[in-house]
Amino acid sequence: MTKQTQDWRFAQANKEALFALGAYALYFIWWFVFGYGMGEGDPEQYTYVFGIPEWFFYSCIVGYPVITLLLWAIVRFFFKEVPLDDAEDESESPNNAAVACGEGGKHE
Amino acid sequence: MSNALVTIIPVVLYLALSFAVALWARNKAVSKSSQGFMEDYFIGGRSMGGFVLAMTIIASYTSASSFVGGPGVAYRYGLSWVFLAMIQVPTTFLTLGVLGKRFAIIARKTNSLTITDFLRARYKSDAVVILCSVFLLVFFMAAMLAQFIGGARLFQAVTGYPYIVGLVLFGITVVLYTAVGGFRAVVITDAIQGIIMVVAVVVILLAIINAGGGMEQCITTLKNIDPGLITPTGPQNKVPQPFTLSLWVLVGLGILGLPQTTQRCMGYKNSRAMHDAMIIGTLIIGFIILCAHLSGALGRAILPELPAGDLAMPSLIMELLSPFWAGVFIAGPLAAIMSTVDSMLLLVSAAIIKDLYVHYKLKGDASQMPSVSIQRMSLMSTAVIGLLVFIAAIQPPDLLVWINLFAFGGLEAVFLWPIIMGLYWKRANATGAVASIVFGVAAFLTISIMKPAMGGVHAIVPTTLISLCAFVAGSYAGRTPDKHIVALFWGEQQ
Repeated sequence: MTKQTQDWRFAQANKEALFALGAYALYFIWWFVFGYGMGEGDPEQYTYVFGIPEWFFYSCIVGYPVITLLLWAIVRFFFKEVPLDDAEDESESPNNAAVACGEGGKHE
Repeated sequence: MSNALVTIIPVVLYLALSFAVALWARNKAVSKSSQGFMEDYFIGGRSMGGFVLAMTIIASYTSASSFVGGPGVAYRYGLSWVFLAMIQVPTTFLTLGVLGKRFAIIARKTNSLTITDFLRARYKSDAVVILCSVFLLVFFMAAMLAQFIGGARLFQAVTGYPYIVGLVLFGITVVLYTAVGGFRAVVITDAIQGIIMVVAVVVILLAIINAGGGMEQCITTLKNIDPGLITPTGPQNKVPQPFTLSLWVLVGLGILGLPQTTQRCMGYKNSRAMHDAMIIGTLIIGFIILCAHLSGALGRAILPELPAGDLAMPSLIMELLSPFWAGVFIAGPLAAIMSTVDSMLLLVSAAIIKDLYVHYKLKGDASQMPSVSIQRMSLMSTAVIGLLVFIAAIQPPDLLVWINLFAFGGLEAVFLWPIIMGLYWKRANATGAVASIVFGVAAFLTISIMKPAMGGVHAIVPTTLISLCAFVAGSYAGRTPDKHIVALFWGEQQ
């Protein structure tokens, strides 16, 4: 295996870790803005969605499906399949990995 | 048939299924060599696919507190505690994403089966390995004890059978299938347990909403009991914002310091499995946490006068579900408990057999010993540790949620920075890791016990900062890591 391949795998992995942290930050902002943004104040003044206080509905019930969708998009468009083993065998050669990556979306 | 007997049927069926999985897993492990056996027994030959990976991360993470403790607090503090619990949603994708493929690649290169192996390969230090192994033993024993007690109490409350019957039933089950089947049995049962948890939370949540006359009516009732129950800060501001925000540090980043969860990130089959698990895992853990805690919070509208929050879930189950469905529900938290205990049990066993015995007694060369003896020793040590915890749980000390939280924070203080910095900071070395572990644990224990006024901020926040500073200072004080370690961990060819 050449230096190029190795660097590529590790650089890709570092990029993906940043994406995961980014998703974490977005989830935090979503949760915080809807939760405390809408929820602070007098409960008498609350508005409701399906009988649930609006702050809770958006921050919790809507929040986690949204982050799941976001993750799906991140994984679909920015994550790459890389071989995990150093020793290359037939099932995980770079060619196959590239093909599998291209097909990734169809199996979701 | 008596009600108690009907309740126990789904539980027994489910326990029997766990045994069947263990036997299957045992036959599946074909490897004859000592190293091959350990790779099979302690990490399942790195063969997990996406769904199993997602489920095992969730299952090793969710525990008694997700089903009984947490919803019990939600019963007292209303929607604010559900809001707080939702902080745990990113745990799966964060663990997998941050440790990522580099962690999996390096684990393969260095033949690491446990986090301790990984740390040994990175820091080349006996002090780091021994400190980690010892703290892992102590905190895992405490956490397993808490899980056993929680499970047996819940079993007692719901079925009416004595505490000891529940303890024997699921305690012996989990010890046996873990000892016999190893990692493969653990992750397959984890996947089954995850599915059972999903079913359990749906059943109880629907029953509660139904009994309360619909969602709108439930919320109105809560508001009439105390308007604070439907705010994000709880009744009388009992769940202040600094406390809630500091839990982002504890559960969000802290999960990276839980060895039973991070070890999963070495065991997946290929990148595809990791991608799938990030999505599936987030969806399912969010669902379980939301439904379980919402059940506790809305349960207040059905049974408003319970003396203690911990009674909320058992009382609701008995009040609302028929005996058979009560049995299905009880299998949920039992599953959560067993799936946490099984991973811990295996790692404690790995710490003793592999990290300490094989490494120091056999100088790291397992092939010196015949494969049969390694197998027998692994099985025996898993079984013996399990039985020790089991015996301790017969006369239990009285602190379920707190012991658990203590262990969680303690593990984070030990493992978080050595893992993260080892992976992402080239200058990180053994001096830094040791300093971070020592100062982290000392700070966590001091702050947890002395409880200085910190405006509601959890002890884990200053602990994390102190251990980070200790790590950086220690690393600069110590020697630069060897070239070949940097080459190995940063993927540069020499």
